[in-house]
Amino acid sequence: MLSGLLDGIFSGISLGSVLLLAALGLAIVFGLMGVINMAHGELMMLGAYTTYMVQNALKGTPLFGIYIFIALIAAFIVTAIFGLVLERGVIRYLYGRPLETLLATWGVSLILQQLVRSVSWQLVTIVALFCLLFFGAMWIVARRTDFERARGWFLAIMIPLSAAAAIATGNVLGTLYKPAFTKLWFDARNVDVTAPKWLRGGFPIAGTQFSYARIFIIVLTIACVVGVYWFLNNTPWGLRIRAVTQNRTMSACLGIPTKKVDALTFALGSGLAGLAGCAVSLLGSVGPNTGQNYIVDTFMVVVVGGVGKLAGSIIAALAIGTANYLIGSNTLVDLTAPIKPLSDTFAFFSTISMAKVLVFALIIAFLQFRPGGLFPQKGRTVDA
Amino acid sequence: MDALIQSKSKARQRLLIEAGIVAAIALLLLFVIPPILVGSGQGFRVNLLGRYLALAIAALGIDLIWGFTGILSLGQGVFFALGGYSLAMFLLLQLPDGQLPDFFSPYGVTELPWLWQPFYSLPFTLFAIVFIPTIVAATLGYLVFRNRIRGVYFSILTQAALIVFFNFFNGQQKLINGTNGLKTDTATIFGQTVSSPPVQAFLYTLTILLLVGGYALSRWLTSGRSGRLLVAVRDDEARMRFSGYDPTMFKVLVFAISAGLAGIAGALYTVQSGIITPQAMNIAFSIEMVIWVAVGGRATIVGAILGTLIVNFAKSILSERFPQFWYFFQGGLFLIVVTVLPGGILGWLREDGVRLVRSQINKRRPLQTYPSLEEDPGVQYERKNLANRESDG
Repeated sequence: MLSGLLDGIFSGISLGSVLLLAALGLAIVFGLMGVINMAHGELMMLGAYTTYMVQNALKGTPLFGIYIFIALIAAFIVTAIFGLVLERGVIRYLYGRPLETLLATWGVSLILQQLVRSVSWQLVTIVALFCLLFFGAMWIVARRTDFERARGWFLAIMIPLSAAAAIATGNVLGTLYKPAFTKLWFDARNVDVTAPKWLRGGFPIAGTQFSYARIFIIVLTIACVVGVYWFLNNTPWGLRIRAVTQNRTMSACLGIPTKKVDALTFALGSGLAGLAGCAVSLLGSVGPNTGQNYIVDTFMVVVVGGVGKLAGSIIAALAIGTANYLIGSNTLVDLTAPIKPLSDTFAFFSTISMAKVLVFALIIAFLQFRPGGLFPQKGRTVDA
Repeated sequence: MDALIQSKSKARQRLLIEAGIVAAIALLLLFVIPPILVGSGQGFRVNLLGRYLALAIAALGIDLIWGFTGILSLGQGVFFALGGYSLAMFLLLQLPDGQLPDFFSPYGVTELPWLWQPFYSLPFTLFAIVFIPTIVAATLGYLVFRNRIRGVYFSILTQAALIVFFNFFNGQQKLINGTNGLKTDTATIFGQTVSSPPVQAFLYTLTILLLVGGYALSRWLTSGRSGRLLVAVRDDEARMRFSGYDPTMFKVLVFAISAGLAGIAGALYTVQSGIITPQAMNIAFSIEMVIWVAVGGRATIVGAILGTLIVNFAKSILSERFPQFWYFFQGGLFLIVVTVLPGGILGWLREDGVRLVRSQINKRRPLQTYPSLEEDPGVQYERKNLANRESDG
C-alpha cells in the first residue's frame, strides 16, 4: 500500500519533470512572444538524435563514461542554433499573428520529421548547395540599387536554377559514390540510446525501485529550472526578457533591443527543448515521431500554468504528470478500494490513454475557475 | 429611394447568376467529369474526387470558423470521426435479427452494447451524424468561450480534445473495435453492398448535392448582418462587445455549425473510403484541413472547396510518385501559404492577379476609394437629399 503510493508519487514526479523540462522552453517563448511553437516536440527529437550521435561518436573512447554530459551540451547548442535559424528565417515575419505562427511551425515540424527519416550526405549536399547558390546570388545582386524592382524576376529565375544545379550535382555524386553517399543516417526506424553504466539500475527503498535514470532526469530538471530562474532574475539579458514579456512597446521605447531579445529567447527555449530531448532519450527508444508524444501534454502545462510566472509551469507540470500517472496506473484504484463506486470509476480510467481523458476533463473544469491559468499575466488590457 | 430598390434588384440578379454558375459546376461534376475520367482509364479517381468533395464540406466548416470568425480549431477531426462512426454503426447493424457485427466475436461480446441500440433506426442515424458533433462542439465551445479563452489557447484546447477522443476511441475495443475501426465496405444497405458501383454512384451524387447545400448555407451565413458579425468577432472582438453584442453565443453557434458540417463530411467520406478508424482523429489530419482552406483562400467560400481539391489531388499524385517528398512538400506548403501567400490562391488572384493582367494590357489602375462607398445607394441617396436640403435652407 505504502510502497504503491511511494512508487506512484516517484513515477509521477519523474513524468512531471520530463514534462516540465519540455514545457519550460515553450512557456518562456509563449510568455514573451505569444507564439506557440508546434515544432517544439521536433526540437526535442533533434536533441535526442544529437545524444545518439554523440554516443556513437564517443563509443570506445575514454570519454564514453561521461558522454551524457557532452551530449547535453551538444544537444543544447544544436537545437539552440536551429531555433535561432527558425526565428530569423520564419517566425520574425509572423509576430502579432499567433495562429499563423502555429501553422508555420507545424510545417517546420513536418519537415523536420521527414528530414530525420531521409537525411543522407546526398540530401545535405543538395540543401547546402542550393543555399549557397541561391543566397550567394541574392547577396551579390541585392547590392544593386534597382534590386527591389527586379525581385520577382530574380526569384523566378534563381530558385529553379539553383535547385536544378543542386539536385543534378547531388545525383551525380550519389551515383559516383553510391553506397556511402546515399546511405540514410538514421533510417525510419527508432534508435536506442544506451545509458552509461552508472545510470542503469536503481536503488530500492521500501520495496520500490528508484531508477537512476529517472533520478538523473529529476536532478537535470531542477538544475535547468534553477539555471533559468537565475538567468531571468540575475543577468542583464534576463532583465530585458522580463521587461519585454511585461510590456513590449514600453520596453522598445526605453531602448531595449526587442528583436535581439526575441531571437535570444527563442534560441534559449529551443536549447531547453534539446536538453529535454536528451533526457527523453534515456527513457526509451527515439524515433522521428518522438516529439509528437509530448507536445500536447506540454501545451497543457503552459495553458494550466499561465504565462505570468515560472512557478505556474512548475506546479502545472508536476500536477499533470502526477495526476496522469496516479490515474493511469492502478494506484488510485487500490487506495480507494474500500469505497466501491469511487474505485470502480478509477478502474475505468486506469490506462494511460484513458487517464488523459480524465485529466483533460479536469483541466477544462479548472479553466472554468481560472481561465488565465494559475498565474495569469497581470495587466489592464481589454483583451486580458 | 429608387437607388435602394434598384440595388436590391441588382443584388437579386447577381445571386441568380451565382446560383446558375454553381448549378452548372455541379452538373459538370455529376455528368461530365466521371465519364471523362473513366474513359481515360482513371476510373478510381472518380472515387477519390467523391471523397475529396466530402472533405470539402468539412473545409467549408473550417472556413466559417477560421476564415470568417478567426477561431482556429485544430480538433475538427473529432467531429469528422463522430459523423463517420455514426453512419458506420448504422451500416454495420444492417443484419438479420439477432446477429451482431462480426468484429464483436473475438472480444467475446455477445450482447449489443446499449450505445449501439439507437443506431438501428435510420432517422436517428441521420440526426446523429449532424447533431452529435454539433452538441459536442456546442458544449466544449460554450465552456471555453464563456471564459473568454481564445486565440492560441482555444487552438491548443481543441487539439487536446482531439487527443482525448483519439485515446478514448482507440482504447474501446469491446465497444467500437478500437484501433481497427469499423469497416463499412462490406456492409449492405437496401440489399446492395456499400462498395458496389450503384451505391457509390449514389453517394457521389449525394456528396455533390450536400456540398452545394453547404455552400448555400455558408453563403447565407456570411452575407448580410450575420456575416458582418462573424467578421467583427475576427477583427475586433472587444469592440464588438462594447457595442452591446455578446460574442460568446455567435462563436458557439458558428463552432457548432462547423462541427455539423464536419460530421456530414465524415459520414460521406467513410462510406466512400470504406472504413473509419481513430486515425481520422490524429493531429496531422485536423491541421491539414486548415491548410486546405489556407491554400484556397481564407474567407472565400469557393477557396475552401478549391483548396481542398487542389491539395488532396496534389497529395495523391505526389505520394504515388515520391512518397518521401510529400512531407517536405506539405511542410513547405504551410510555410509558403502563411508567409508569402496569406490570401491563398483566390486572394492572390483577386489582388495581384487582376493588377498583373491590367498592367500587361496597359490599362490604368482603377481609382481606389473607400470600399464600396461610392456605389453604396444609401450614401448616394443621402448625398443627393442632403445637398437639396442645404440649397433649400
